[in-house]
Amino acid sequence: MKEKFKLLLDEWRGQKGSLIPLLQQTQGLLGYLPKHAMQQIAATAGQSPAEVYGVATFYAQFRFEPTGKHTIKICHGTACHVVGVDLLDTTLQNELGIVPGQTTADGLFSLEQVACLGCCSLAPVMMIDDEVYGRLTGKKLKTALRKYR
Amino acid sequence: MVREVLVGLGSCGIAAGARVVHDALIAEIKAKGLKIPVISTGCIGACHREPLMEVRLVNGEHFLYGDLDEQGAKQVLAAHLAGEAPVEEHLIPEDYGYLAHQKKIALANCGVIDPESIDDYLAAEGYSALRSAVQEMSRQEVVEEIKKSGMRGRGGAGFPTGLKWGFAAAAPGKKKYLVCNADEGDPGAFMDRSVLEGDPHAVLEGMAIGAYAIGADEGYIYVRAEYPLAIRRLGIAISQAEEKGLLGNNILASDFSFQVHLKEGAGAFVCGEETALMASVEGKRGMPRIRPPFPAQRGLWDAPTNINNVETLANIPPIIRMGGEQYAQVGTEKSKGTKVFALAGKIKRGGMVEVPMGVTLRKVIFDIGGGILADKKFKAVQLGGPSGGCIPESLLDVQVDYDSLTATGAIMGSGGMVVMDESTCMVDVAAYFLGFTQNESCGKCTFCRVGTRRMLEILERITGGLGEMADLERLEELSAKIKVSSLCALGQTAPNPVLTTLKYFRSEYEEHIKNKRCPALQCKALIKYQVVADKCTGCTLCARVCPVKAIEGERKEIHTIDQELCVQCGLCFEACRFQAIEITTGE
Repeated sequence: MKEKFKLLLDEWRGQKGSLIPLLQQTQGLLGYLPKHAMQQIAATAGQSPAEVYGVATFYAQFRFEPTGKHTIKICHGTACHVVGVDLLDTTLQNELGIVPGQTTADGLFSLEQVACLGCCSLAPVMMIDDEVYGRLTGKKLKTALRKYR
Repeated sequence: MVREVLVGLGSCGIAAGARVVHDALIAEIKAKGLKIPVISTGCIGACHREPLMEVRLVNGEHFLYGDLDEQGAKQVLAAHLAGEAPVEEHLIPEDYGYLAHQKKIALANCGVIDPESIDDYLAAEGYSALRSAVQEMSRQEVVEEIKKSGMRGRGGAGFPTGLKWGFAAAAPGKKKYLVCNADEGDPGAFMDRSVLEGDPHAVLEGMAIGAYAIGADEGYIYVRAEYPLAIRRLGIAISQAEEKGLLGNNILASDFSFQVHLKEGAGAFVCGEETALMASVEGKRGMPRIRPPFPAQRGLWDAPTNINNVETLANIPPIIRMGGEQYAQVGTEKSKGTKVFALAGKIKRGGMVEVPMGVTLRKVIFDIGGGILADKKFKAVQLGGPSGGCIPESLLDVQVDYDSLTATGAIMGSGGMVVMDESTCMVDVAAYFLGFTQNESCGKCTFCRVGTRRMLEILERITGGLGEMADLERLEELSAKIKVSSLCALGQTAPNPVLTTLKYFRSEYEEHIKNKRCPALQCKALIKYQVVADKCTGCTLCARVCPVKAIEGERKEIHTIDQELCVQCGLCFEACRFQAIEITTGE
């Protein structure tokens, strides 16, 4: 892991506009952005750690705590809102025993609310990792979760 | 004789189970020892009938099928292999209202070709427009052709594309950039995703033509990270085009070179604004800056930059192929061509829709969309996402064009069209959008940062049953101030959902305030769930689903809901099989 991270830093060193891709790929590699990684990124990009932290906290994508093995994104786009995603969100939170922003005790799932996944005609929608689940009902939601348990 | 089979594998299709259908067809064909190609294509458009497949026969006939599963797909295939009549149960006829009223220019290839095959795109006249531009036209001629087409930016603002290109072309500077804005952030919009997933080469070709016209040699596609499939297909398309000499150095053996980079967005709605987008590409916080200087003068890394939206760019190759004048035949006097809409919400037939400018909203919603789900009553259509507004039934005959829609208080926007019925609360919708914009405000301008927060608090007070009539004036006052004191469109348009609902649905606000009623039965603080005694069978299902144990009752006895404990989540209402839970509002 350390080696891979070093390679990543070397790959982007000196390239223009490298900060955000570097943060993204670091998160892809480590699952989140730990403090020591942020400091090394700052050194590589030639910016102060404060500036790098300022950029990272501006964007919703970046996380500073470890997350679960699978990330569940429940869509709160307009179409999902109108067809009643709140109810499913409640079901999901009950099922997992966590609220958005948290990770289950077994480290399996992290839950996030997102603005729109762009599958509006299949609303309500959620995404587990890169897989999209549409036309959700409480029952379908539970079946989907079972696949990852 | 079956020539080939297509399965729609856009994100929507996959979410509906198209991958299963696709794999089942391949297995079935293999098992029968046949060699019929199963082609994966992008979004076919009729998302409400996903998963979709098309069977193409050797004699040129083709049949579209929907609502498929593994069994259905096998059944359809078997019928065609045996030379039998099409399977009526799944067949989508050619005169199907959803498809019949559309006109496809930007989406012409979506759902028709394999987006991962450059050969498919080339066979559909792909890159011929780039060839004409680079080999037969001067840079100025390309700009003129786009001006003639009357094309206006499809990202929402509607600025004339030819004019924009002209500015960037005229700007002094050796180094210029062309950027594709694929940061489709409006909740309720998925046009750009479908185009990128279904026809990525069209966007690349449009970019290359634009780059040629303005004299750019480097380009960026700024695409949302929430669209992994679009990112993957764009990556494939870029390397294919480079391999064929259609991107990269010395394109088509000319002295024109153009390198395209993919940039993944990191989740900030404001980055759809062009100056914020450029800051983000440069690796900074995505905060807008004052214009002028416009990007055409000083954009990415201070070089002249031209930014266009995905759908705009997908229209460029057809414009060059057919000529600007021909393109301008479609549409209205001031809004030329077609517009793609993402039709969703409480509509029977949702999906991707491309219509000529000038059709009425009624036509889109009722003739194409088939009307409201479960034949409920139409209430409003939301256009333009958080920057747009809600249009009531009385204005359904308004034409779809930039100026007519702006006159209603909504906007054309990027193309999100969310239909709402009588069970949608307009105050709740306004609060929903304000919640979104206040969360996404970058914080630079005080009125946008604090003003949207205050507006949201007022709206939540009203939906919470604590509003007062003076709140409506406060909302209007704050709206006016936010509009004039925000730097970018996010703040300038943020009050639109509130202003349009206040204008067209004021009585609903008043009901919430004066009578503590939510007529749509949505606002939790104003509704009660109760057991209808003579319908309850005592099956205990509601008590078991209740997350807060608010429902009591013995088996086979009438249950009761403890109003003190109830959190109005609605799980009992959904679970009850006997309609024995009712929702009431008001005293």
